[in-house]
Amino acid sequence: MSLLDLQRDMRAWLTREEEVAVDRLGGDDVAPGLRIHQNNFRAQLAACLEESFARTRDWIGGEAFHQAVITHVACVQPSSWTLDAYPRDFPATLALLYPADPEVAELAWIDLALGEAFVAPDATALSVADLGGIDWDRAVLGFTPSLDLADLTTNAPAIWSALAEDREPPAVAYLPEAGAILAWREGETPNFRAIDQIEHHALLAARAGMSFAGLCEALVEALGEQAGIARAGEMLGQWLADGLIVSGSTPER
Amino acid sequence: MIAPFAGFGLGLRKPHYAEFLEARVAVDFVEVISENFMVEGGRPRRILREVRNCYPVALHGVSMSLGSADGLDGAYLARLRALVDEVEPLFVSDHLSWSRIDGFNSHDLLPLPYTNEALDVVADNIARAQDALGREMLIENPSTYIDFAPADMTEWAFLDALCVRTGCGLLLDINNVFVSASNHGFDPLAYLDGIPHARVRQIHLAGHSQGSELLIDTHDQPVPDPVWKLYAHVLPRLGPVATMIERDDAIPPLHELLAELGIARRIAVDGMRAAA
Repeated sequence: MSLLDLQRDMRAWLTREEEVAVDRLGGDDVAPGLRIHQNNFRAQLAACLEESFARTRDWIGGEAFHQAVITHVACVQPSSWTLDAYPRDFPATLALLYPADPEVAELAWIDLALGEAFVAPDATALSVADLGGIDWDRAVLGFTPSLDLADLTTNAPAIWSALAEDREPPAVAYLPEAGAILAWREGETPNFRAIDQIEHHALLAARAGMSFAGLCEALVEALGEQAGIARAGEMLGQWLADGLIVSGSTPER
Repeated sequence: MIAPFAGFGLGLRKPHYAEFLEARVAVDFVEVISENFMVEGGRPRRILREVRNCYPVALHGVSMSLGSADGLDGAYLARLRALVDEVEPLFVSDHLSWSRIDGFNSHDLLPLPYTNEALDVVADNIARAQDALGREMLIENPSTYIDFAPADMTEWAFLDALCVRTGCGLLLDINNVFVSASNHGFDPLAYLDGIPHARVRQIHLAGHSQGSELLIDTHDQPVPDPVWKLYAHVLPRLGPVATMIERDDAIPPLHELLAELGIARRIAVDGMRAAA
């Protein structure tokens, strides 16, 4: 048997328990060792998911979480060199398993986003004092590379916070209108915050390269002059306070 | 000629980060798991920078998959090279095993058959890794639970051939020798006498557990007596060599690991006296 065939048979055993692969690998002589490696494989992935989704596990309960892990491990094979990548598809698995309970996948997104923000690239946030030299007519804001955004339909952030603080979580509630959530790292501490669709769209546009003046114009168009400018200023202040802005560059003409 | 580094160290684990950074711990080096720090930024990278300011660091990997029949992961090598350039480690090591095939990654150290074909594959992969990293790698002997037949050579002959063909060094894990010898019924002394002693740059000492059918390399126990005896046996053959305690689970208080390291120091001193 070639090395490539041997390794493909090991994979078939680990992921699909193919008995015919065991026979080709050596049958009873290798079966005890293969069982150890299969246990290692599954235990490693399960531990990775348990560690990455602690609050989600708190919410749905250990047994339900365990069943979700079994489903995920059976369906999604790890491909990256780093185990950190394996949790990325788990919120989607939970969304399929809990179609009537969207807060479950949203809790999982928070768990995942905080973990990803924890090791995201470093960047130094701008302070108010850094804003002096910015040409606001043309400036494009740069955001911390740890920033991530997702849609939000429930009060998952409040549930997550209560679970993290060991408080009684609130009952699930749908938001009056669909919103969004952002997660990022400030210093070494991952954070999240629920936002409305106006801020969501503003962040998406700003990250895509729209100038701050352009954002102001869009907000004025949507909300009227006074309210639009006030909202732009309010968001800028909040982004600075959150440590989200890392640059204010002026594109070359 | 510069004498090889021959200090005594510990694997750096999360529960001990603060102790290593708040005061000078009595070790000559620390070893970190490379992949834990192959991240973009954040606290892990800051911790590693601070540790590196205080201690020599060895990088020990678990994901290079040197035995993969379809070659190495270039993105992984590039990321590791960046870490190597930043840390300037004492050693860069990984295992004689494989984890990845056809885009699937098991995240386990899977065993290789000790065949001529596997030797070609692993030697090519080590050569590529050493080129990519711009330095010598140390290859660690694994704990194995499967002895693929037929084999063309023993594990120690396989390691010897890798050293000859690639110029790599060895990270000799004495617990792994004991575990594999127990599981497959070979003589651990024959193994220790058969490896190329001049290529051993570093030693791991660790513990194991009895599974239902085989010994398991759990690294969650103190170094047991049989492993200490093997260490005492091989050390005079190696001369001074960097030695460390490797504990990955059930991490005890730091003073317990330092006490184990004290045993290693005493054995080394006794061995040198006997050899003199």
